[in-house]
Amino acid sequence: MLTLSGHALELKNFPSDSRGTVVRICAQKDRPFPLREREAFLVTNGEVPEGFGAYITVGKDARRSAPTGSKAIFLSDEFSYLADGDVVRIWPKNNQVRVLYRRNSHHNHFLMTERCNHYCLMCSQPPKDIDDSWIINEILQTIPLIDPSTREIGFTGGEPTLLGEDLFRILRTAKSYLPNTAIHILSNGRLFKDIEFAKRYAAIGHPDMMIGIPIYSDVSTIHDYVVQSDNAFDETIRGILNLKRLNQRVEIRMVIHQQTYKRLPQLAEFIVRNLTFVDHVALMGLEITGFTKANLDILWIDPIEYQSELYRAVSLLADSRIQVSIYNHQLCLLDKCLWPFAKKSISDWKNEYMPECEGCREKENCGGFFSSAKVRYSSHIKAFI
Amino acid sequence: MHSPRPGFRAVSKFESLFAYEKPLTDGYKLLPFRFTPFDDQNYVLTNQVGEFLVLDRPTVETFVRHHLPADNPAYNDLKSKHFLLDSDSSVGIDLLALKARTKLRRFANFTGLHMFVVSLRCDHSCPYCQVSRQSDDKIAYDMSTETAEKSLELVFRSPSPNIKIEFQGGEPLLNFPLIKFIVERAKSINELQKRNLQFVIATNLANINDEMLEFCRVHNILISTSLDGPADLHNKNRPRPGNDSYQRTIEGINRVRSTLGRNQVNALMTTSKASLGRVKDIIDEYVRQDFNGIFLRTMSPYGFAIKTKWYEAYHSNEWLKFYFDGLDYILELNRAGHVFVEYYAAIILAKMLTPFEPGFVDLRSPAGIGIGAIIYNYDGDVYASDEGRMLAEMGDKTFLLGNVHKNTYEEIILSDALLAPIEESFAASVPMCTDCAFEPFCGANPVFHHATTGDFVGHKPTSEFCEKSMGIFRHLIELMRSDVEVRRIFTKWANQAC
Repeated sequence: MLTLSGHALELKNFPSDSRGTVVRICAQKDRPFPLREREAFLVTNGEVPEGFGAYITVGKDARRSAPTGSKAIFLSDEFSYLADGDVVRIWPKNNQVRVLYRRNSHHNHFLMTERCNHYCLMCSQPPKDIDDSWIINEILQTIPLIDPSTREIGFTGGEPTLLGEDLFRILRTAKSYLPNTAIHILSNGRLFKDIEFAKRYAAIGHPDMMIGIPIYSDVSTIHDYVVQSDNAFDETIRGILNLKRLNQRVEIRMVIHQQTYKRLPQLAEFIVRNLTFVDHVALMGLEITGFTKANLDILWIDPIEYQSELYRAVSLLADSRIQVSIYNHQLCLLDKCLWPFAKKSISDWKNEYMPECEGCREKENCGGFFSSAKVRYSSHIKAFI
Repeated sequence: MHSPRPGFRAVSKFESLFAYEKPLTDGYKLLPFRFTPFDDQNYVLTNQVGEFLVLDRPTVETFVRHHLPADNPAYNDLKSKHFLLDSDSSVGIDLLALKARTKLRRFANFTGLHMFVVSLRCDHSCPYCQVSRQSDDKIAYDMSTETAEKSLELVFRSPSPNIKIEFQGGEPLLNFPLIKFIVERAKSINELQKRNLQFVIATNLANINDEMLEFCRVHNILISTSLDGPADLHNKNRPRPGNDSYQRTIEGINRVRSTLGRNQVNALMTTSKASLGRVKDIIDEYVRQDFNGIFLRTMSPYGFAIKTKWYEAYHSNEWLKFYFDGLDYILELNRAGHVFVEYYAAIILAKMLTPFEPGFVDLRSPAGIGIGAIIYNYDGDVYASDEGRMLAEMGDKTFLLGNVHKNTYEEIILSDALLAPIEESFAASVPMCTDCAFEPFCGANPVFHHATTGDFVGHKPTSEFCEKSMGIFRHLIELMRSDVEVRRIFTKWANQAC
C-alpha cells in the first residue's frame, strides 16, 4: 500500500501561517527557467538546479541537498515513488503532505467532499457533516497541473452532487484543461431527479464523461436499507432516467455482500428490463474499510457462496448485450467463464496479494485484494501452480 | 458556498431492514396484469410489457386479495416486475410507462415492409403454394412499369424511416427487368427522401444468373429462398420440371454467398405432411448448409394449400410435436456448443425476455396488416397482407384496399377494408384474448381467422392459431423454468431477434 498522505520530516522556509499550496513536481534539471518558480524540484542524485520554487528530497540522508535559503521539503522513504509530473499539496501549518496526482497511475481520484446524503452500511469513506469546501479550490488549482495526456481522472466523495454549481465548475475546468482525459464520477445520482439539475450537468458537454451510480437491489426497501435513506431508490432511478434522457453516460455500480447477494440475478433482470440503456454495470466485491468494519457481521459473506448468483447475473447482462464487469474479485473464486469479465479494478496504491497467492501463475491477470482485506477474505483463495 | 445538507442524521447509527419495510403495512395496489393456469398447481402472470412470473395458486389468490405479506418470497418479485405498487416506491409507474412506450414504438413508424408481386408466373408447381400461380409464359401476369411507378409513389408516402422493398411472386426473377427498374427508381427517389432503404428478393433461385447476381451485389440486395429439407423431401414438396429444385437451390445459395456474402441469403422452410417425423433431417440440412438457424414454419390455409387439401393434412397437435422435437434437437446442438437459432422461438422470446418488440407481422396487436406490411399486386391492386392477396386469388377480396391507378394513399390507408379488421381484431379487447396471460406475447391475426372462420376475430377455443401459439408459449416458459442453461441460450436468441 502506498502512503498518499502524511507528515513531512521537515519543511524549511515555508511561512508558518501560509495556507496549503498545490505544486507540481519536476525532475528535469534542464527545465526552462520561467517554469521553475511554480514547481518543486525532486532532488535525486545530488544535482540541485537553481530557480525552483521548492525542493523535495526523499530519504533520511538527503536533507543536506537542498540549496540554502530556498523552500525545502524533506520526506521519508514512504514517498519514494514520487516522480516527475506528480502533484502534491503542502500544508505548512501542520507539516502535512498529500499526493494529489500521480502521473504514472491510472487511478487518480479526487475526493470532492466528505459530506453525503447516504449513510451506506458498507461505506468505505464514512461521511462527515463538515464544511470542507476548501477542497473545491484545491481541485481547481490541481487540474491545470495535471498532464493533459492522462487517460482518466475520477471524482468521488462523499456525494459530489452536493457541491451543486461548484461540481459543474470543476467539471468545466477539467474539460477546458484536459480535453482528452476521460472523467469518471461516483455519485448516488439522487439530485439528478431534478431534470433542471441534470440539464446543467449535461450542458457541460464533456465528450467522455461517465457517472457511476449505485443500485443495490431491484427492490426499494432493500436499497433504501443498504444506503440507510428513505426514497433513495426512487430518486436514484429517476436520476438515471433523466441522465439517459439527456444522453449522458451512466454506469450502475453494485456492491455484493450479505444483504444484497440473494437478489443479484433479479437486479440483473431489473436492469435488463428497465435500464437496458445504461453504459456499463460493475458488480463489485466488498472493501473492508470504513463502516464495513463496524458492520462486518451483517455484511461479510465468503464470495465462494454467491458464485451461482454472480454467474446468473453476469450471463444475463452479457447475453442481453449490456456491458458488465466484475470488480474486486480474485480469479481463483470465479468460474472460468466469468474470467473475461473480471477487471483489475483496485487502485494501484491499495492493491495487494495474500500469502496464499505465492507462486500463482495467474497473479499478473488477477485483480488481487484491497490492502484492507487482511481483516477478512475468502477461505478459498488458492494459487494456480 | 454550502448548499443545504439533506439527510444528515444526528446520531451515527444504522437502522434495520425492518425499519425500511415498515410503510408496507399499509398494503399495496395491484398494477394491470393477467393470469392463466399454467399447470396443475401453477399460474402464469404477465403484465402488458411482457414480464412474467409463474406462481402457485395459493400465492396468486393471496396476492389478488391484497393479503400477500411483504416477507412472502413472491412479494419482492411481484414488486420488482411491477405487478404491485406499495407506498415505499412509486417509480414503478414511470418505469412501466417507459417500457410500454418502448414496446409500442414500432407502431409509430407505420408501414416498413412493402411487397411487390412483380410476376405471378412460376417454374415450380408446389402443392402447398399459397399463391395460385400461372405457368411461366403468360406475360399477362407480370407487373408493368406504370404500375411499379405508381406503387413506388405510395411506398414513399409511408412515414417510416425504414423502408424494405421485398420482391415476391410467383417467381420474381422471371420478371427481372422490372426488379431492376424498381430498385433504380426507388434509389433515385430516395436521394431526396433519405430513408433507410433495403431490398429483398424472395426467390427459388432456380433461374438466377450472373447478371442478376452482379445487380444484387451492386445494390446490396438480400436473397430469401426456400429450403424444405434434404433433397428427397425438398423435391417432393417443391416439384419443377426435371425434379431438380433441391440441386438448383443449393447451387444458388452457394453462388449468392460467394458473390454477395455469407449472410446475404436466408432460407425458409414450410412443414408439409411429409415433413412430420423428419424434423431432425430438416434441421441437419440447415446445419449442413451452414445456416445460423432455421425458421420452423407451419403451413398456412391459403391458396393451393387449400385446393390440394395439403393444409388439412395434419393437425395442430402434430405440428406442435414436430416443433417441440425440433426445438429439443436444436437445444441439444446449442448445449454441445454449436450456436444455432430457431427463429420463431427467438421472436417470441424477444417479447418475453427483452424490453423490445421484434415487430413480426403475425405476432403483433394491433395487427401488422397494412400498417406493418403492405403488398402491391402485379395488376396494381393493393392488399393489406400477402395472405390477403392469396385469399383474393381464391376469390375472396376482403383485404383488397384499392388500386394504385385508381386510389390515393389516403383512400387506401383509411379504407374500411383495412381499419375494420385492425380494430375488430385488436387482441387486448377481443373476447378471451383480453383475459389471456399470453396476450403480450401473441398477436392479432385477422386474415387467418377470416380465412378459417369468416370473421376477423375468430373463435378462440377452436382457433388453430391460438392452439399453436399458446402451445409454444407454454413450452418455452416450461423449458426456461427447468434449466438455467436453456434460459441462457434463449436470452441470446431473444437479443438477436430485436
